[in-house]
Amino acid sequence: MMEHRALELPDDPKLVGNLTHFARALRAAGLRVGPGAVLDAARAVAVAGFSDRRDFYWVLHACFVRRREDSAVFGQVFRLYWRDPRYLEHMMAYMIPAVRGVAEERTARAAEKRAAEALLDGVARDAPDLPEGEDRDGTEIEIDATLTMSQEERLRTLDFEQMSTAEMAEAKRMLARMTLPVAPLVTRRRIAAATGARIDARATLRAVARRGEVLSLARARPRTRWPNLVALCDISGSMSQYSRAVLHFLHAVSNAKGQGWARVHAFTFGTRLTNITRHLRARDVDAALAAAGAEAQDWQGGTRIGESLLAFNRDWSRRVLGQGAVVLLITDGLDRGAPEALAAAADRLRLSSRRLIWVNPLLRFDGFAPRATGVQALLPRVDCLKAGHNIASLEGLATALSDARDVGDRDRLLHGLVA
Amino acid sequence: MTALPTSIDATTDLLGGQNYVADRALSTVVFLALKLGRPLFLEGEAGVGKTEIAKALATGLGRELIRLQCYEGLDAATAVYEWNFAAQMVAIRAAEGAAKEEELFSDRYLIERPLLRAMRPHAGGAPVLLIDELDRTDEPFEAFLLEALSDFQVTIPELGTIAAPEPPIVIVTSNRTREVHDALKRRCLYHWVDYPGFEREMEIVTARAPEAAERLSREVVAFVQRLRTEDLFKKPGVAETIDWAKCLLALDMVELSPDVIADTLGAILKYQDDIQKLQGSEAKRILDEARAGLSA
Repeated sequence: MMEHRALELPDDPKLVGNLTHFARALRAAGLRVGPGAVLDAARAVAVAGFSDRRDFYWVLHACFVRRREDSAVFGQVFRLYWRDPRYLEHMMAYMIPAVRGVAEERTARAAEKRAAEALLDGVARDAPDLPEGEDRDGTEIEIDATLTMSQEERLRTLDFEQMSTAEMAEAKRMLARMTLPVAPLVTRRRIAAATGARIDARATLRAVARRGEVLSLARARPRTRWPNLVALCDISGSMSQYSRAVLHFLHAVSNAKGQGWARVHAFTFGTRLTNITRHLRARDVDAALAAAGAEAQDWQGGTRIGESLLAFNRDWSRRVLGQGAVVLLITDGLDRGAPEALAAAADRLRLSSRRLIWVNPLLRFDGFAPRATGVQALLPRVDCLKAGHNIASLEGLATALSDARDVGDRDRLLHGLVA
Repeated sequence: MTALPTSIDATTDLLGGQNYVADRALSTVVFLALKLGRPLFLEGEAGVGKTEIAKALATGLGRELIRLQCYEGLDAATAVYEWNFAAQMVAIRAAEGAAKEEELFSDRYLIERPLLRAMRPHAGGAPVLLIDELDRTDEPFEAFLLEALSDFQVTIPELGTIAAPEPPIVIVTSNRTREVHDALKRRCLYHWVDYPGFEREMEIVTARAPEAAERLSREVVAFVQRLRTEDLFKKPGVAETIDWAKCLLALDMVELSPDVIADTLGAILKYQDDIQKLQGSEAKRILDEARAGLSA
């Protein structure tokens, strides 16, 4: 068996020491390299020989690089290291403390704040007689009396843009409790079920081996799995408050426990496309959004929906839309780019996804008519159009996702366009 | 049966003998995979030659090629083995209740699928097992494959354990429509197969479509290289270049012209958006740039 071979390491201890050191440098640069890889590299170098520097590079590349993106970083570290290892260490030691300090500070602050809120929430519930006025002595509104039903109802229908800071904070708490229900997909695998429609021949024959005669037929039904969700969120100036609320919502959906979406991928776009999926996986929502905000450089800027969708189609669509994903496009459609590019990109996006749902905060206006060129270009190319301006409308997304025939307001507005 | 190559150069020659032109990096990884007995994980865009290398290796080493094409919902039954239920039911009926378990669950009623076939002893040496497009399956199958690739033995409850006398040469390919789990990648030697440069693609086209005139081949390769720098939804791969060269050969062409390109665009571009992008004067512009690059 492969894993139990004797360690045929070369007798040269300096080589193994150098390789270990090199692996540490790679780890510091962000590659995920385990100790097994060092052993592999030692064996590989022993087998391939030391003659050519180019061959040496490719041998180590084969052992240490596991993803395409790591290849460039590996090349740089290799060049730096095998020229002068001490230079590399010096550089690393110089850079890392500064970087770590900022990140630590940021996470500590956010986590502390949440912990304080959680603690103080508990205190408030023990003393329900405290009237609201007594808390207004200028201190932070951490201690909130639990909202009454009518207050919650009001907050559900209040537009995000019209919320005060306090209301936004409460709305964020409500968003954190929301989930986006998902209808499971049927797969080709089967699972045993007494009332299933198909006959499971394997299990039947196994039962025969035990009993000697076909006494009953074992049955099976198709197994179900959950689809993926891809969210493309517009973070330009026109969207400001909405995008913040939506990102809170997406964070809640990403971290929903129990049965939910198999994988949630989130992207932000304004003038460029940024993948923030990794950041949304952090449990603490403030830390997650702070990290996402730091990575996406185009907050509150202009909008180029067409170019961003084009970039998504070119670089990401084949990687994240593969297994029947539902795409949520959260934008107001106000675009600075060319409408033809937007139309072409939206066509391609719809063809690649199982369902393309447009969430538009501008639908809060009753008399909304699609006049902007971006809106007109997008409207016929989506499967469903839903409003996204308050909590109630985000809850309404649930119906759009579970019912494949729900088109929201799309047909009504298209009809208005044609007429 | 040919022995395994003993150096990187020998590997390049072995593949070259099968008309597969590999660059130094790929030869190194293949050599290491063969020598250390590790599976080879090849990732890359469609049409760059990931499946071809398995075929070239199998023919070059004189081994059998066993191919497992992956798709969503692939499970152990379809990948490893299955019992021939229909025949077993008939046997039960025929024996009229006196069927013995050893007869019923014997090699006679066992349908061997690719993974099990790869573990049987082979006369000419361990076979080459090609697991194609692993990213199309789902995670449960990956977990199963992880186990299978580490021990190369399969347990069939009714028959016992079947272990491979010699571990097969495993090549796993992926088109990267989904990230394959790290655990599986760690077990393999990884390599990203990229589009070749001009010189290497020329060698490939000369090896695979030797009857084409040299001038035609050069123009074809230069055009495709130029096309890959454009903003297309799906860049043409090496397989497309070879196909195009053969198409032009069948049409008795000796050089490119915008009309010919417009007529045969379907050989290199497979998406309507991309084909439309190249209508009109675009094709001529790219052709002129390609020719300028050739004469420079």
